[in-house]
Amino acid sequence: MDFLRPASWEEALAAKAEHPTAVPIAGGTDVMVEINFDHRRPGHLLDLTRIGDLYDWERGERSVRLGASVPYTRIMSELRADLPGLALAAHTVASPQIRNRGGVGGNLGTASPAGDAHPALLAAGAEVEVASAARGTRMIPIDAFYTGVKRNALEPDELIRAVHVRRADGPQQFSKVGTRNAMVIAVCAFGLALHPETRTVRTGIGSAAPTPVRAAAAEEFLAAALEEGGHWESGKTVPPSVARQFAQLCSGACNPIDDVRGTASYRRHAVGVMARRTLMWTWESYRGARRTTEGAA
Amino acid sequence: MRVTFTVNGRPQEADDVWEGESLLYVLRERLGLPGSKNACEQGECGSCTVRLDGVPVCSCLVAAGQAEGREIVTVEGLAEHARERARAAAPRTSDTTGASDPSGSGPGASGTAGTPLDAARAWRAHGADPHTGDGTELAPVQQAFIDAGAVQCGFCTPGLLVAADEMLERNPNPSDADIREALSGNLCRCTGYEKIMDAVRLAAARQGEAV
Repeated sequence: MDFLRPASWEEALAAKAEHPTAVPIAGGTDVMVEINFDHRRPGHLLDLTRIGDLYDWERGERSVRLGASVPYTRIMSELRADLPGLALAAHTVASPQIRNRGGVGGNLGTASPAGDAHPALLAAGAEVEVASAARGTRMIPIDAFYTGVKRNALEPDELIRAVHVRRADGPQQFSKVGTRNAMVIAVCAFGLALHPETRTVRTGIGSAAPTPVRAAAAEEFLAAALEEGGHWESGKTVPPSVARQFAQLCSGACNPIDDVRGTASYRRHAVGVMARRTLMWTWESYRGARRTTEGAA
Repeated sequence: MRVTFTVNGRPQEADDVWEGESLLYVLRERLGLPGSKNACEQGECGSCTVRLDGVPVCSCLVAAGQAEGREIVTVEGLAEHARERARAAAPRTSDTTGASDPSGSGPGASGTAGTPLDAARAWRAHGADPHTGDGTELAPVQQAFIDAGAVQCGFCTPGLLVAADEMLERNPNPSDADIREALSGNLCRCTGYEKIMDAVRLAAARQGEAV
């Protein structure tokens, strides 16, 4: 095994071009587990921890360009206002020790359907910035990024540089089912973002299909129901029948399996419950932000 | 490959390191520092927690090569780390409080200074175990673990000490929720969490008294 230690992004891309099977390692919270358990013996490890750019984020007009290696701990403390859904999801990642090392680039690279960042990225709206020495930079929409169980749209010579996440224009929530608060791989997870500017809602479902997915039919239904009822203007409560239908459509977007963490039918059910709850939470804060005089429902 | 880095303030060099080796393995098997424990090797248990450039991490998930040029503090260096911190903080606190007695900041004093809680005095362990202290003063958090009876089999203790010490450095006045969250990545299978909570509260209280 060779340990490659590029000092710059250009060196890293050159190394990845020369050794397309090299495994990138940053926080190591996935890669080292596989090596420790002898599940993986890559010919080359490509250490990205010397590349300072990957640990920076910058706030643009519409989105935050989040360096691939910015640890979850910093997402929680520095980006809660701009990326509330992702900050909430980051807080549910494993433990402080893991959050100090792991970042969204690794979550995207591993592309596990259970990765905690995915539902939040899908709900907020995001593009993944990837690059290769040969072809330069390209942007992959998050909806096109996940291609299969632990598969993504990266070419062998490409590395993830950053993810551009839309800054929140409304309330966002994240919910996750597990046996305790810390050190939990999601049984299933759900992210919801209200987008009052465009009067749309977006969802993200984790761990309940071969890839992280959006519940497109549920999003369309809810946006139409909120529009028809004049809810965006009035801020009045979402009728229970609408919440119920939204939850059912979210359950319907799942394509889960039975495994050690939960059964398919439990996951489908739990996603519906989380969809209904996150809708209530986000809608209540939308109402609150509009300073309606009514109390919470 | 060779890895050169700083461990507990001393420059260290490890040779013939396999490229897929973890920092934990290098510490334990190559540098003779077995304080960091090897239990799960997948970041679940926190027994191998060390500070990497000040940040608590699972050393089993750090590739040895990633430690090149970095600074590591293990449980073996925790007492010295705490003394350095107390020394660095001493002038600042006397500036702001004016009347505080600087004598407590002398070498070796930090472990025993500020133990005025009556309950804590009652808990004080008797006799020096040659295997725990090696004649050196313990870090306040280590002494608090002994005094509160927070050590059962002891396997999770080093990781808990490193994690708890770092939290107290950041947050001198933690709530119970803060303590639980800071230690949520450290498993104790003797079910000793209540005593561990006691110990961290005790360390925080003593730290508060000392300032």
